[in-house]
Amino acid sequence: MKKTMIMLVLALVGWGASAQHGHSTEGHSNMDTKMANKSMVKSTVEVEQSKSATAIIDNYLALKDALVADNSKKAASSGKMLFDAFAKFDISAQPKSQQKELGEIIEDAREHAEHISENDGSIGHQREHFEILSTDIKDLVVITGADRNLYQIFCPMYNNKEGGSWLSASSEIKNPFFGSKMLKCGSVQQKITIK
Amino acid sequence: MKVLKITGLVLLVALVVLQFISTRSNQSTTVLSTDFAKTYDVPEDVRSILAVSCYNCHSNNTNYPWYSRVQPVGWYLENHIKKGKEELNLSEFGSYSTRKQKSKLKSMISQVDDGEMPLASYTFIHREACLSENSKKRLVDYLKTLNE
Repeated sequence: MKKTMIMLVLALVGWGASAQHGHSTEGHSNMDTKMANKSMVKSTVEVEQSKSATAIIDNYLALKDALVADNSKKAASSGKMLFDAFAKFDISAQPKSQQKELGEIIEDAREHAEHISENDGSIGHQREHFEILSTDIKDLVVITGADRNLYQIFCPMYNNKEGGSWLSASSEIKNPFFGSKMLKCGSVQQKITIK
Repeated sequence: MKVLKITGLVLLVALVVLQFISTRSNQSTTVLSTDFAKTYDVPEDVRSILAVSCYNCHSNNTNYPWYSRVQPVGWYLENHIKKGKEELNLSEFGSYSTRKQKSKLKSMISQVDDGEMPLASYTFIHREACLSENSKKRLVDYLKTLNE
């Protein structure tokens, strides 16, 4: 009986997730429940109001928009600007206890921005780096604070259905991993709001 | 005509002299404690895939081919190895931050999965470094277990 209940709940969760995405359910048939749960999570994280990461956020969002528009060239130039924004970021102005973590985030993120800037013409590769970069940016703004509300949006289809997430300043879904191929795939996973 | 002859001769001599300059600098007999194979408990078969298909350009020890003695091919190779190690040095993997390790694992998975690595220009000569479908899957699946 207990087992039946669990099965029922899992089925409902799975159904909810695919209904929410509103595109072909075919791809979701073998989506595991872990993923379904992940895409259903809606939480809020509050961050400090701060302008210290403004240039990083601006250029990250420009990069995201270029990928949404399937524009590899624009993504490369935004990647370069993001790379420069990381170079200008002043870690020493951040709390001492967070500097090591921030240093690691920026070291990693800079490399991804650099790769994106060097791979004009290979948008698939740019998107792979963008996905890892997005996690870095999210972790960064949690520490540094932000100057605007952000949404972390999850697409369960990306990376052979392992899923991937990105940040956006709007809750409207415009998918940078697939661009015009699957523009509407994704759902808000977390809200990052200013205190 | 004479000028041409002299220039040709000078170039030839230069090329011969160049052959005596060795660029085979990426060689080391010590396996660092930060080596990928020491950072994780890597199974033997995966280890040998890594050794044949990855370590030559992504570690501190290159098993140099004979033509690396021929200049300027040797320089080209050396430059290639330098870039490869900047991207990913499996000898120093354990010294990367946890974030960087995860990030590199992810990139390794996608690069191998997409068939971008090992580079076609490398496997063109090193046929043995080509990954069969089976070893590709084995490597990718193993790397995925590390990144869960």
